Amino acid sequence: MYRYDEFDATFVAERVKQFRGQVARRLAGELTEDEFRPLRLQNGLYLQLHAYMLRIAIPYGSLSSKQLRKLAFIARRYDKGFGHFTTRQNIQFNWPHLDEIPDILDHLASVEMHAIQTSGNCIRDVTADHFAGVAPDEVEDPRIWAEIIRQWSTLHPEFAFLPRKFKIAVTGASHDRAAVKFHDIGLKMVRSETGEVGFEVIVGGGMGRTPAIGPTIRAFLPKQHLLSYLEAVLRVYNLLGRRDNLYKARIKILVAATGTQEFARLVEEEWARIKDGALALPADEIDRIQRYFAPPQYEHLPAISPELEAAKLGNPEFARWLRTNTHPHKVDGYSIVTVSLKPEGGAPGDASADQMDLVADLADEYSFKELRVTHHQNLVLPNVRKQDLHALWQRLAAVRLAQPNVGFLTDIIACPGLDYCNLANARSIPIAQRIQRRFNDFRRLEEIGDLRLNISGCINACGHHHAGNIGILGVDKQGEEFYQITLGGSSRDDSSIGKIVGPAFAIDQVADAVETIVNVYLEKRTSRDERFLETYRRIGLDPFKEKLYGNSQARRPAAE
Amino acid sequence: MAILRHGALQPNDWLTVADGEALPEGKPVVVTLDRWLKERDTLIGRNAPLGLKFRSDQSPVAVADDLDRFGLIVLEFPKFTDGRGYSQARILRQRLGYKGELRATGNVLRDQYLFMDRCGIDSIEIADEAKVGGYLDSLGEFSIWYQPAADQRPTTLSRRHAKRQDNAGASPVVRESVAASWAY
Repeated sequence: MYRYDEFDATFVAERVKQFRGQVARRLAGELTEDEFRPLRLQNGLYLQLHAYMLRIAIPYGSLSSKQLRKLAFIARRYDKGFGHFTTRQNIQFNWPHLDEIPDILDHLASVEMHAIQTSGNCIRDVTADHFAGVAPDEVEDPRIWAEIIRQWSTLHPEFAFLPRKFKIAVTGASHDRAAVKFHDIGLKMVRSETGEVGFEVIVGGGMGRTPAIGPTIRAFLPKQHLLSYLEAVLRVYNLLGRRDNLYKARIKILVAATGTQEFARLVEEEWARIKDGALALPADEIDRIQRYFAPPQYEHLPAISPELEAAKLGNPEFARWLRTNTHPHKVDGYSIVTVSLKPEGGAPGDASADQMDLVADLADEYSFKELRVTHHQNLVLPNVRKQDLHALWQRLAAVRLAQPNVGFLTDIIACPGLDYCNLANARSIPIAQRIQRRFNDFRRLEEIGDLRLNISGCINACGHHHAGNIGILGVDKQGEEFYQITLGGSSRDDSSIGKIVGPAFAIDQVADAVETIVNVYLEKRTSRDERFLETYRRIGLDPFKEKLYGNSQARRPAAE
Repeated sequence: MAILRHGALQPNDWLTVADGEALPEGKPVVVTLDRWLKERDTLIGRNAPLGLKFRSDQSPVAVADDLDRFGLIVLEFPKFTDGRGYSQARILRQRLGYKGELRATGNVLRDQYLFMDRCGIDSIEIADEAKVGGYLDSLGEFSIWYQPAADQRPTTLSRRHAKRQDNAGASPVVRESVAASWAY
């Protein structure tokens, strides 16, 4: 993992001190709420429905056990004993007090963490593949580049007041686990014909009101030019992005209005002017960062562990968890483990302080003291010896963290919704819970197979509903919560935006509707190997519509 | 309106003249870009310093060939959340090589001053002279700069590089494995 040097540590300490001063000025009335808002937002502090919400950066989802323990401490001391892991690989606390925020930031700084740029109209903290460095399908470790981007974007003086928020995601793998086509800038590491590694640059993807799959504006960017190219994109956007309408201010609108080719031309023109300037990355700095991400000292282990095989045979529940929650590792004898934060009846992504402490202990014992947060709102232990998996599973099961549902229907992505958020039109968490209750049968879930269901409480799409194979969007109809369902979204390599299946459903009808959709899929799939998304793409919306709404207009729910 | 420049309050010697109003003889005036583009020939003939004011949606590239004629360029920040002026400033300083005074006007708040300074803006208009101390303090809030901009502050990149040169030959600071390195 990256570790702060003297410069990073000094900077974060200065940032906390600055924010302490800003809070003091706000409390003294020297700053109006309007003036304070962008300052607090760029330190991750939102004013929500009931209280302030603090969003803490977990850069590119990478976390040490020491840091997770500190988050548990903050959850206990300053919140109600839990935290919420988000789709941007961060964590949110929903109940801190304004006057205590500087102290929380001090605690974070003591473990090399902060809340910088987790919010506001600036370059947000960067996200990356949660299997970075351990995935077998990786061209290069994207964390090196995510860290370089994190530093460059930190308090960038030119881009602190962009037209709108700006999100960058990086993947180094051939399979996209970072949803790079749904970001303002997506960077995919690729190998050129001559074997050189660089970036495919994707610009203008996004969710929200106007979902868009980002087009590629450059097929291959040599690595040392990454920052100058990003700066060129940002400068074009800062100057030309719309500022007259909040909903048309994201870069995807600019790219669509300008045209991909013309936008790319503007960027290339600016880049040509600055590419050989002070932003060109010297090899010794790349080396410096790279050394932090050197692999841990793996043991030489056989690819197959006899202990694991024996445990698997004797315990079908453990075997099921192995099938769903573990993933191939690049090193023989090791596995990547996903710890599901989607128990039946819980809020997706929530973890209690006790659970955080336990997972931190497990990371110490089994995974070189390191963890990841996924944009699916789960945790990952990236380096577990296969022979340890059974013991690990038992420890997780004891605290309800061994749900074998990763990648399945109940591994739901959901925003906090109207229970917390002041933008939301409808609640998300109760919908997730109803669906989880309905499908609380792991055999059935496995039978259904690979199916992603995402829920957003409003059109801002924090719950990524557009990218869910089944997407659910909360809407407000004359003060009542309704839920629109979309089908066919995907955030992976085959990325696509879901299509609305028909009129919205009342809260009591949603679980039934999801079940109907699943039944249509099970009936129509050619075999168990045909995933939901593939069946949907083959048969289209109509068979689902027919079963959901029948032929009679009269049976339609009240909402349009 | 007081002018804060190079660490001190200064009198404003410049008169901003609205479009259509007559220009006072022999006095330094600031005109809008629109007026400059319309009345360039007349304005060049004037025998007094000339300043130019940009709205945040105007490109400084329009006057690239005339920059030497201006003793002052004013960038307007209609709202502090409108960040186009930062890019305008860097383009003026770094692409077009403007050397004269570069001033921010409008909604210029203390917590934006450092960003402006880093982007090459060297004077600001502040509404309340009593608050000047806060503006000056804000420039001292940080000592670490992660990215190059239009200022001369040393970046972490160059400082780390310099440190490596000093340490050349010494053992590497970073240990090899995550396991070994994560011990507080």
